[in-house]
Amino acid sequence: MTLIIDGLTAIFLALGVFLAFTGALGTLRFPDLYTRLHASSITDTLASFMILFGLMLQAGLTLISVKLLLIFLFLWYTSPASSHALIRAAYLNRLPARLIRRPNKETPPSKP
Amino acid sequence: MFSYLRSLSIGLLVFWLLLSGYWDNGLLLLLGVLSMLLVVYLAGRIERYYPLRSLANPRTLLRLPAYWAWLFVEVVKSNIDVARRIWFPRRYPISPVLEQVPMTQTTRLGRTIYANSITLTPGTISVRIMPDSKLLVHALTHQGMDDLKAGEMDRRVTAMGEQ
Amino acid sequence: MFGAACLGLLVVMAVALVRAFAGPSVYDRILAVNMFGTKTVLFIAVYGFFTGRPDFLDIALVYTLINFVGVVAVLRFVEKMIDPKDPSPATENRKEQA
Repeated sequence: MTLIIDGLTAIFLALGVFLAFTGALGTLRFPDLYTRLHASSITDTLASFMILFGLMLQAGLTLISVKLLLIFLFLWYTSPASSHALIRAAYLNRLPARLIRRPNKETPPSKP
Repeated sequence: MFSYLRSLSIGLLVFWLLLSGYWDNGLLLLLGVLSMLLVVYLAGRIERYYPLRSLANPRTLLRLPAYWAWLFVEVVKSNIDVARRIWFPRRYPISPVLEQVPMTQTTRLGRTIYANSITLTPGTISVRIMPDSKLLVHALTHQGMDDLKAGEMDRRVTAMGEQ
Repeated sequence: MFGAACLGLLVVMAVALVRAFAGPSVYDRILAVNMFGTKTVLFIAVYGFFTGRPDFLDIALVYTLINFVGVVAVLRFVEKMIDPKDPSPATENRKEQA
């Protein structure tokens, strides 16, 4: 039983570290701030979930798990707020964004 | 009737109990109650100057878990999409786009939930609220913007705020 | 297992620091520092399990909130640079680079 839980924890931790590395790599590869923010939100959302969930499996049903859950909730509540504040400040300060036009001029049909 | 300050004080007490873990130490409980009273007093002062106009009605709170489950699946899907575009930029190129998206929520709470959900999903970030209840959104790809404009998330958030 | 995760997170933090030093604009640096803070929270949590002392989680919890408040505070400071005379009607075309 503990072997299965240890294996699951290892898998979740490995996935989490891989996703965190993906996000950090994205901030290096993407061309401007606006696209880099998308990369950093990967590390904020799913990577933190994977790592904290892997730790929760180790802790079981204790107060430690509750604390891990609280960290997870705080991260998921604060990360959109801080990235929105960041992109809003950058936009209002006229940081140039690199955009790509749609191939055809007409806007896509939006379903009601 | 649960007013804002009353539910805040109950929530803070539960928070203290969960964090400290000592449920039978008199001194720690007293300190918890004292700090709860201090925070509620400060929140009451803020409430006097910047009142919270729309509190969630109980039905919204009941519908919240189902929405969270749906949102979590969306977050996972878009995470995979963005991670794919980071690792294989040649096969999956990015096409950043900045467009206005209509939103049908009317309350401040609904709009906050919608904008936060957009930002939480990797691949789309809400930039600011425009006139005519539109939201300026930056998306990593044209595909992501089209998915957002299809209005699934907007419809769910609006349905959650209904009486 | 926890030690390997700690090492991996340290590598990720180093990569985030590269962006913090290289970032052309001040926003890139704030973004990198924010990401570095999130990674620090996760690192503290994993390190607590690595040393067998999960009390470290309290520190991680506080660090989450301080990280958020710190980023918002720095952004309030940076936002002062916004020109109040031009309230940004913001057409997208103006911002496009060829």
